[in-house]
Amino acid sequence: MIRYDILKEIVPILKDRLVVCNIGSPSQELYQLFDQPSNFYMLGTMGLCSSIGLGLAQVQDQTVIAIDGDGSVLTNLATLSTIANNPADNFILLIIDNGSYGSTGDQPTYAGMATSLTEVALACGCKNVVECSAKETSTELAKAISSEQMTIIISKCQPGNVDVSVIDEDPVYIANRFSNCIKELRS
Amino acid sequence: MPTKTDKAIVDSLVRNEIGYITSVPCKQLAGVIELVEANESIFHIPSNKEDEGMGLCAGAYLGGTRSAIIMQNTALGVAINSLVTLIQFYHIPLPMLISYRGEVGEKVACQVEMAIHTKPLLKQLNIPYYHFYNSDQVATLDGILQHSQMCKKPVAILTDASFWSSAS
Ligand SMILES: [Mg+2]
Repeated sequence: MIRYDILKEIVPILKDRLVVCNIGSPSQELYQLFDQPSNFYMLGTMGLCSSIGLGLAQVQDQTVIAIDGDGSVLTNLATLSTIANNPADNFILLIIDNGSYGSTGDQPTYAGMATSLTEVALACGCKNVVECSAKETSTELAKAISSEQMTIIISKCQPGNVDVSVIDEDPVYIANRFSNCIKELRS
Repeated sequence: MPTKTDKAIVDSLVRNEIGYITSVPCKQLAGVIELVEANESIFHIPSNKEDEGMGLCAGAYLGGTRSAIIMQNTALGVAINSLVTLIQFYHIPLPMLISYRGEVGEKVACQVEMAIHTKPLLKQLNIPYYHFYNSDQVATLDGILQHSQMCKKPVAILTDASFWSSAS
């Protein structure tokens, strides 16, 4: 299974949830599979998906699912220490770990070599760190939501992207639509 | 021990409903950071690097809480991509309370190297900046914070060594 297959399987779980999605192929694939106002697509800024997700989880009560990648987490590796030391039980970090920089031509990442993001997360002090196969991801994600405890899921899958077009939505439209959605949930 | 100036800064942040602050430390800003940490109406989260901090602030703002970052000017280089492709691109207001190291009164020569580039970089990035060199200027902070929310832009408050030595 590749990232696209995982996204396809978790769409029913993502429905009506607050989702922050990583830059490049992940956002483009999710946008094509299942667009909704509560999806926040990153159009730039490599590495900050988990940080945006954590900040969002800390100021409101709804569950936040950040869909990040191995390359992106490696770019902002210290994020795992910030997450561990500032736990928010409505926060789920789903790292789709295909051992590859998917959006730039599938160059290998160190997460597919000697480095284990699962062990890095544990060493940073994260609790509830779950490493699973691509096939198990939707089950683990559903479990994490119902546990109401901050969870880091590392989903191991094959590298590869599907051919989707870039998101041609305006960033301010994406942000406003997302914020308004949260305002409605709050009231 | 936080000074009256530190307190005036934090009072202004609270008055302007800044409810989420991330910080990367600086000696000059230690008193402010101490008060921010102690303040119950502010969620304070230290970050490891300023670009990470900008991600946190963007998330909090999207969630409906006004955010701000406390950092050193030396970190501007680290944060440029995040400022441009996240904060500016998505129209996120972000007051940056910056310790302006390397100005007159600085004791560490290397800090001057980045001080020389600070204003030109902010100018190039179209980020409004306000140079605080006297503690009386804290009185203008309310207006600056309102301005950032109104135009949904990052703004830089550059507090130099003269500012901090005039603080009481
Ligand atoms: Mg990858």
